[in-house]
Amino acid sequence: MLKDVAQLVINGLMAGTILAVPAIGLTAIYAVLRFPNFALASHATVGAFAGWIANVVLGWSIIPSLGLAFLAAGLVGVATDEFVLRPFRAAGFATTAIGSIALTIALENLLRMIFGNDLRGYDLPITRDWRFAGLHLGPQQVENMAISLVVMAAVFAFLAFTRAGKAMRAVADNPALARIKGVDAVRVARIVSFVGMGLAGVGGMLIGLDTTIDPLTGFRVMLSVFAAAVVGGLGSIPGAVLGALTIGVGEELCLLVLTPNYRSVVGFLAILLVLILRPSGLLGQRAY
Amino acid sequence: MENYLVALGVTAGLYALMAIGLNVIWGMAGLVNLGLVGFFAVGAYTSALLTTKLGVAIGVGMVAGAVAGGVAGALVALITARLRGDYLAIVTLGFAESLRTTASNETWLTNGTDGISGIPGPWRSVLTPSEFNLAYLALVVVIVLIAYLLAQRLSYSPFGRVLRAIRDDEQVAAVAGKPVLAFKVLAFAIGCTALGLAGALYAHYTSFVVPDIFVPLLTLYIKMALLSGGVGNNRGAVLGGLVVVIFLEGTRFITPYIPWLGAVQAAALQQFLVTAALLVVLRFRTRGLVPEPPDHPILRRT
Repeated sequence: MLKDVAQLVINGLMAGTILAVPAIGLTAIYAVLRFPNFALASHATVGAFAGWIANVVLGWSIIPSLGLAFLAAGLVGVATDEFVLRPFRAAGFATTAIGSIALTIALENLLRMIFGNDLRGYDLPITRDWRFAGLHLGPQQVENMAISLVVMAAVFAFLAFTRAGKAMRAVADNPALARIKGVDAVRVARIVSFVGMGLAGVGGMLIGLDTTIDPLTGFRVMLSVFAAAVVGGLGSIPGAVLGALTIGVGEELCLLVLTPNYRSVVGFLAILLVLILRPSGLLGQRAY
Repeated sequence: MENYLVALGVTAGLYALMAIGLNVIWGMAGLVNLGLVGFFAVGAYTSALLTTKLGVAIGVGMVAGAVAGGVAGALVALITARLRGDYLAIVTLGFAESLRTTASNETWLTNGTDGISGIPGPWRSVLTPSEFNLAYLALVVVIVLIAYLLAQRLSYSPFGRVLRAIRDDEQVAAVAGKPVLAFKVLAFAIGCTALGLAGALYAHYTSFVVPDIFVPLLTLYIKMALLSGGVGNNRGAVLGGLVVVIFLEGTRFITPYIPWLGAVQAAALQQFLVTAALLVVLRFRTRGLVPEPPDHPILRRT
């Protein structure tokens, strides 16, 4: 029993680290643009398919394929934000949120028109699980976790050290003050759309590496990603990491009493629990 | 052909009923609900289960479906009413998705993804199928009419005025001594009652419910009905239901003319066109075909 729990916690931490990547993207977009962007789901799928083309069709290895996933999802993110979502923002967050759901279903169906509904897998070397003390670890999962950690470190460095990152934090913290100091809000919005949706794309591919991908890949994990962001405090990037780990471990531990199909319901229950007990999330709403 | 048109009429009526419900939540009170389909599902499953498993009368099942929709709406609103609107958006969407997952997995109750079949329809045993269709259309039209009149009454009552005040400026309404929270929860519950009733009507019309029906796309259809008709306007809601059905059926006729599309592609293209149309409507016609009237329809303010 104790060993089962330990195994589940390990699995949960690994799943949570991967989940943190799109959750950071979501919470960063929220911090700057102030609306829950449901289009994240389809952008994760866009990234997963871009990475699949690079990996399976072009024969690239995993790391450059992830790079393409980031780039493709980021560019689609900037384009759709510019032409679809930006005009809605003046009409308020509700209209924008509805628009983002319509956008996510539109993109998902565009992918379905091109790729169909078939399940697709990445070209991965077949490896044996590592075993120690009765616990086992998949080398691919460990690699995914390491990649996620590197991506997260890059995001934190971007926010801490680059001009664009500082501008993003300034707008998230106080849009009026940022404008007075000459920060171009439109440019910051484009950067955050690119980085945020790019992270969603990487997340989509990392999740796909573990299983298979299809046009609903992003939509299936959307509730978990939102749960991670809300649990950590919508708009807080360290919060998104902490939230993702919490949701990852929580979803795995619930396997003790529930079937795996209920994974996303666990995320929803976590959202409800946090909203009832601590609405601002574990770490509050400071962006960084 | 007649059966097809009558079936479209029933669908349009159900959309209109849901759009009227959404209008109370969104048009009057300004609250977001991205999980409309969840409350629709609550109504459909409640009535379907009560009538098939417990043998309850159809009328009682429908009322129970409507009440269950309203209660679910009140609970969701209670949890999120104190928070900013973006949380309501996330929670309502999550509610609908979680409900669909639960309905797919609790096989002992809902028969899982196979769905519940053989749901009784009113007078089905004594009527021919086409007579049943017509009778059901009449029933739906009467219910939409009643819902419209009630919503119209609500809209011009003091209750409706307070809702609009909350929508336009919550703080002003609160300063004027209105219990904002209670009004919001009540508005949400009233709207969700209409959604639950629409779900129950749907279940008894098709005699079959599966979790696959209750996808987020249906939520978007209803949003589109209200948006194209005119947010904040009950006549617009009814008109919008009709517009959406005509549009949806129209896209169905386009796809066969594109020869290289397979079945999956054709369905995907249809969904893409629908969502693209919603985005266009949302972008350019946010006031809709029938804009919200500035004031009382009879007692005009000059």
